[in-house]
Amino acid sequence: MTDRHQRLRVLASTQWRLALSLTAAMIAVYFGFILLIAYNKPLLGRLIAPGLSLGIVLGALVIVVSWLLTWVYVWWANTRYDDELRRIRE
Amino acid sequence: MTDTAIGVPNAVAMGFFFLFIAVTLGITYWAARRTLTTEHFYAAGRIIRPGQNGLALAGDYMSAASFLGIAGLVSTTGFDGLIYSTGWLVGWPVVLFLIAEPLRNLGKYTFADVVAYRLRQTPVRIAAAIGTLATVAFYLIAQMVGAGGLIRLMFGISYEWAIVMVGAVMIAYVLFGGMIATTWVQIVKAVVLLGGASLLAVLVLARFGMNPATLFAAAAERQGAAVLAPGRLVSNPLDAISLGMALMFGTAGLPHILMRFYTVPDAKSARTSVFYATGLIGYFYLMTFVLGFGAMVLVGPDAIRRVDAGGNMAAPLLAEALGGTPLLGFIAAVAFATILAVVAGLALSGAAALSHDLWVSVVRRGHSDPGEQLKVARVATLLLGILAVALGITFKGQNVAFMVSLAFAIAASANFPALILSIYWRGWTTAGAVVSMLTGTATTLLLIYLSPTIQVDVLKQASVWFPLRNPAMITIPLAFAGGVGVSLLTAEPAAAERFAEVERRTHLGAAVD
Repeated sequence: MTDRHQRLRVLASTQWRLALSLTAAMIAVYFGFILLIAYNKPLLGRLIAPGLSLGIVLGALVIVVSWLLTWVYVWWANTRYDDELRRIRE
Repeated sequence: MTDTAIGVPNAVAMGFFFLFIAVTLGITYWAARRTLTTEHFYAAGRIIRPGQNGLALAGDYMSAASFLGIAGLVSTTGFDGLIYSTGWLVGWPVVLFLIAEPLRNLGKYTFADVVAYRLRQTPVRIAAAIGTLATVAFYLIAQMVGAGGLIRLMFGISYEWAIVMVGAVMIAYVLFGGMIATTWVQIVKAVVLLGGASLLAVLVLARFGMNPATLFAAAAERQGAAVLAPGRLVSNPLDAISLGMALMFGTAGLPHILMRFYTVPDAKSARTSVFYATGLIGYFYLMTFVLGFGAMVLVGPDAIRRVDAGGNMAAPLLAEALGGTPLLGFIAAVAFATILAVVAGLALSGAAALSHDLWVSVVRRGHSDPGEQLKVARVATLLLGILAVALGITFKGQNVAFMVSLAFAIAASANFPALILSIYWRGWTTAGAVVSMLTGTATTLLLIYLSPTIQVDVLKQASVWFPLRNPAMITIPLAFAGGVGVSLLTAEPAAAERFAEVERRTHLGAAVD
């Protein structure tokens, strides 16, 4: 029982650290994008291919990174987290 | 392009419109026969599958403002509109990482269930209901006023009739079909909206060799290279960051979104449904890039502004340019379906705050028989529906565009900090929770009133002393500080003792003890 409790505490703090790191990553990516828009407009207007400005590419990348971060969390939760929960329940 | 059939009721628009109404009322009839308990009414019996809930979440979230508003903004300003496309998505990963699974494991029908879990019910429920109702009210006003204007513009019927019609159909869905009907209306709406937007995007790209870059290059050629670069929208960085904070953390505090996590069987389904929702919503906002620039090139900013100064008719005009009156009719019906579904979800979450949080938990102190609970939920739905119609008519002609970001700011300040601290902090107390939620609501309302949004845009004052258009940057930290500070001053041993139970249930759910 206490062993179970201990393992849950460990899992809870792992989950919290991962959730917080991924949230921090999302904040860094999105607000980094906003700060670039605010402070370096010419850079974002630069064309990296005909029709493709850096700003448009980075804007699309913010969406792609959001997908990747959710995928990372779901992958971790579906494998590591759920497995450990199953062992704790037993 | 000078001639447009917008505003002239056409057979295709009417046909799709009545088809949507017929299908959704059919769903409502089917759902009404299955809505026997409050668990059905608020949580669809908790048997919605993750894929279905992912679509329904997307349906709840993708409002007409994002479809018509962002497409319009991109078509008239170019890159600046895209700042919104990304901003509306970034809250979803936060919902996944911090909120979705604990919410499903700790609560029953509303987010107040989670906040009140180990605290004294009455004060917490009242404060949470105030935050919920404030969020829902401002969101509803924005949607209703937008709906009235759009329907008048597209179908040529009067503003008041449009509002009454939206109100009546929405009340029918929620009153009779509860969450089961609302969920399926969201699913139908999400499929129709994603399908309609995809069709438009493919038709646009077909004209540019299926290459978005060719489309953007054509836009730059006609309107100048500046449309591909940031313009004047982010002139004040603090403003942009504050709005970004409201969008990012407000999503995780929207009552109608949070309520959806109770409709699935378990926490893993809640997790999977946010994953699908993030995928669908991100895909949708990526398409707004193509739709916006498509309208800029194929219709032109001046033609768009002539029909509606705010640019809201860009997507319907684009449809008309690509597929004539039939496609215009289809897209107009899609926009209408979008509005209806969003107001239904909002009304249901407001009704849950009134009936589950205030009537059952506060007035009846948790002792209310199931039959009475269901009846009260329906009365609350009717009241909210009538209130929505009244608000829509009252605010006719007012500038209400800011009210959606105001709703996000309240959700981010009143609901999100209280929710996070309830799930993750042992020292959380009743007094702290009440202070946090009331501070979040009150300071957001006060600072919005003092902001340029109201003082300059609405009241036409020459200057203001509070510079931020969206106050989230101030109000979110205030709500956290107030909640933590007051909790530290008012230790509540009973609540701290039950934290171990909260922690266990956050991960293991109610089934294991």
